Amino acid sequence: MSLAERLMDSSLMRRNNALRSFTVAAWLGWQIESNWADPFLFAIYSIARPVASVMILVVMYSVITNGALDQPIFAYVYLGNALYILVGQVITGVSWVVIDDREHYRVAKQLFTMPMNHALYLLGRGVARLLIGTISLIIVVGFGMIVYKIPISAATIDWPVFLASMALGITTLAALGLILGALTMMMARHFWVLGEAVAGALYLFCGAIFPLETLPAWLRVVGFAFPVTYWLEVTRRALLGPDAVGFPTLVWLSDKQLLLILVGSALLMVIGSMSFYRWAVYRAKDKGILDMETSY
Amino acid sequence: MLEGQIEQPFDVGSIEMAQQKGSELVMQPSLSIQTQNVGRIYKLHGPKKKDDAKEVIALKNVNLEVHHGELFGLLGPNGAGKTTLIKVLATLLLPTSGTASVTGYDVVKDVKQIRRAISMVSGGETSGYGLLTVEENLWMFARFYGLDTDTARRRIEMMLDVVGLTDRQRSKISDLSTGLRQKMNFVRGFISDPNVVFLDEPTLGLDVGAAREVRGFVKDWMREHPDRTILLTTHYMAEADELCDRVAIIDQGQVLACDTPENLKKRLRHEPIFTLKVGPLGPKPSHDGRIEAVPGVRQVRVDDVDGHVTLNLTLAAEDALSNVLAHISGRGSKLISLEKNEPTLEDVFVDMVGRSLTVDTSQHGGGQDE
Repeated sequence: MSLAERLMDSSLMRRNNALRSFTVAAWLGWQIESNWADPFLFAIYSIARPVASVMILVVMYSVITNGALDQPIFAYVYLGNALYILVGQVITGVSWVVIDDREHYRVAKQLFTMPMNHALYLLGRGVARLLIGTISLIIVVGFGMIVYKIPISAATIDWPVFLASMALGITTLAALGLILGALTMMMARHFWVLGEAVAGALYLFCGAIFPLETLPAWLRVVGFAFPVTYWLEVTRRALLGPDAVGFPTLVWLSDKQLLLILVGSALLMVIGSMSFYRWAVYRAKDKGILDMETSY
Repeated sequence: MLEGQIEQPFDVGSIEMAQQKGSELVMQPSLSIQTQNVGRIYKLHGPKKKDDAKEVIALKNVNLEVHHGELFGLLGPNGAGKTTLIKVLATLLLPTSGTASVTGYDVVKDVKQIRRAISMVSGGETSGYGLLTVEENLWMFARFYGLDTDTARRRIEMMLDVVGLTDRQRSKISDLSTGLRQKMNFVRGFISDPNVVFLDEPTLGLDVGAAREVRGFVKDWMREHPDRTILLTTHYMAEADELCDRVAIIDQGQVLACDTPENLKKRLRHEPIFTLKVGPLGPKPSHDGRIEAVPGVRQVRVDDVDGHVTLNLTLAAEDALSNVLAHISGRGSKLISLEKNEPTLEDVFVDMVGRSLTVDTSQHGGGQDE
C-alpha cells in the first residue's frame, strides 16, 4: 500500500467528507500535473519556464535603468514578479478544474452525483499547481540570490511574518480561484482563460513590478482593493528585512497592520467565495448546466 | 450497507397511500423513488443576448412511484425527457415544479443524503481520467465514496472480473476502446454498492455481446441485492422487456402509462398484430390511399429494407387483413411473407403515441440533452 493510500485510509479521512474530498482531489491533481512522459523534461520545464520568464523582466529592467541591479527597487521588482508566480498558479489551478473536468475528462456528472464536498475538491485539485508554483518560486528566488545577489538571508528573514503572510496569501488566492471556478461553472468553454485573464489583469495593479504610488490615483484604488497587494508587500518586507525600506510602497502601514488587513481580507474572501460557490451551483442546477459539455 | 452510506430512512414494509401534506411530499415507506407533479422547463436562448428565451417543456406533471427492490424502466424515444427526469432524481437538475424524493429524501433539500445512496451511469459514457489506469480511476471514485483501500481493491477486482476487464486493470483509460471505457464506467456505478442506481441508456453504443453482458450483470446484481432499486432509461424495447419489473412509457415529457411489460402488452392482445413483408409499394399515394386509411387498420409501421417493405400492422380484427392484402395488390405489390405476432412494448408505444420509438421528439419539447 502506498503512502498516499495509507494516509487516505486513516480514520479521520474516512470520517470527514471534506478532508477526504480535498486529499483525494490533491492526489488526482498531482497525477494530472506531473503526468509527463519524461520526468526529466518535466523537471527542465519546471526550472526553465520560471527562470526564463523572470529573465525577460530582468533584461527589460536592465535596459531601462542602465543595469542598476544593485538598487533596492530591483529586489522589489524581482521578488514581486517571483511571488506573482503563485497568483497565476493558484487562481488558475483551482478555477481551471471546472473546465478540465467538464469538457476534457467529462466527469462533471459523476462528480456531482457523488457524496463529496465539491468546493474542497476544487481546492484540492489546485494543490498540485500550488506545489509546482512553490517549486518555481524557490528556483526563481534562489536564482536571483545567486546570480543577481538579491539580499535574502535565512538569518534576516522575519520567519513568523513570512509564514503567516504566505498562509494568508495562499488562502486568499485559493478563495479567489474558487470564485472564478464558480463563475466558470456558469459559462461556456472559452472561459478557460478566466483565471489567467484575472491574474494577468491584476498584475499591473497590485505592486508586483512597480510601486502602486507610480500609478495614477484612480488606478491605485484597484490595487488597494486587491488583497494580493498587501500580501506581496508584507512578504517582500519579511524576506528582505532591513533592505525593504529602500522602496517606497505602503509605507504608512506597519507589518502588523498589513497582516491584519490580510487576515480580514482572507476571512472575507473565504466566506464570500463559499457563499458565491453555493449560489453558483444552485444557479447551474437551476439552469441545467451543471454537467454541461459545450464541445467548444 | 457500506460505511458512510445512509441507512434506509424507513423500514421496507407495509404499503401506504402517498399523501400530499400541503406542498410537502410524504414518502411511502415502501418507495425508493417518488415524484409528484414534477415539471421541468428549459429556457433556451438564441445566439444573440437580446433574443427572447424559448421555453421548452422537458417534463410535465410526472408522477411516479418506484418501490424498493424494483428494476424500473423509463421507455421513450430520444428527447422524451428520460434523461431530464434522471438528472432531477440524481440531484443534477432542479425541477421547475413539483416534488421528488429518493430513498425518502427530497431532491432539492437533501442533496447530501441522496448522493450517499445513489450512483449514476450514462450509456455512451467514455469519460474518466485518461492518464490514470482502470484500477486507479476506480480506486479514486471508491475513495470519494469513503471506501477504504482494501475494500475498494477487493470490489474492483471482483467487478472487473465480472465484466471481463481484469486483463486491462493496469491499462490507462486513454488506451481503452469506447466499449471498454463504458464497461469501466459501469463498474464505477456499482463500486459503492449503492441503494439506488440510475442507468441512463446503459447499453448505448455497445456491441451485441457487450450489451448482453451488461444486461446479465444488471439482472444478477438485482438478484443478489433484492432491496436495491434500479431506474433504467432506454429506448430499446427488448431491453426494457427483458429487464424491467415495471415500465413507464414517457413521451414529450409526460408519462403515458406505467405498468408491468406484460400488462402493457395485454392492452393490445385483443388486437391482432401482423408483420407483412411485401414488394415495393410504388409511389407514395395521397392520404386516403395509404395503408393507414384501409378499413380495420389501427396502427401501421412501414420500414423499407433491402428492396422490400416490412409492414407492422395492428388491426381492429383479423378479417381486416383481407382489406390490407387487397390494398397491397392494388398498389402493384406482392406479398412475400406474413406472420402473426404477439404485441411488443414497441407496439404498445406506437398504439399510445401513434409513432415509432425511433422518432426523435426533442424538437417537440422533450429532454434537451438526449
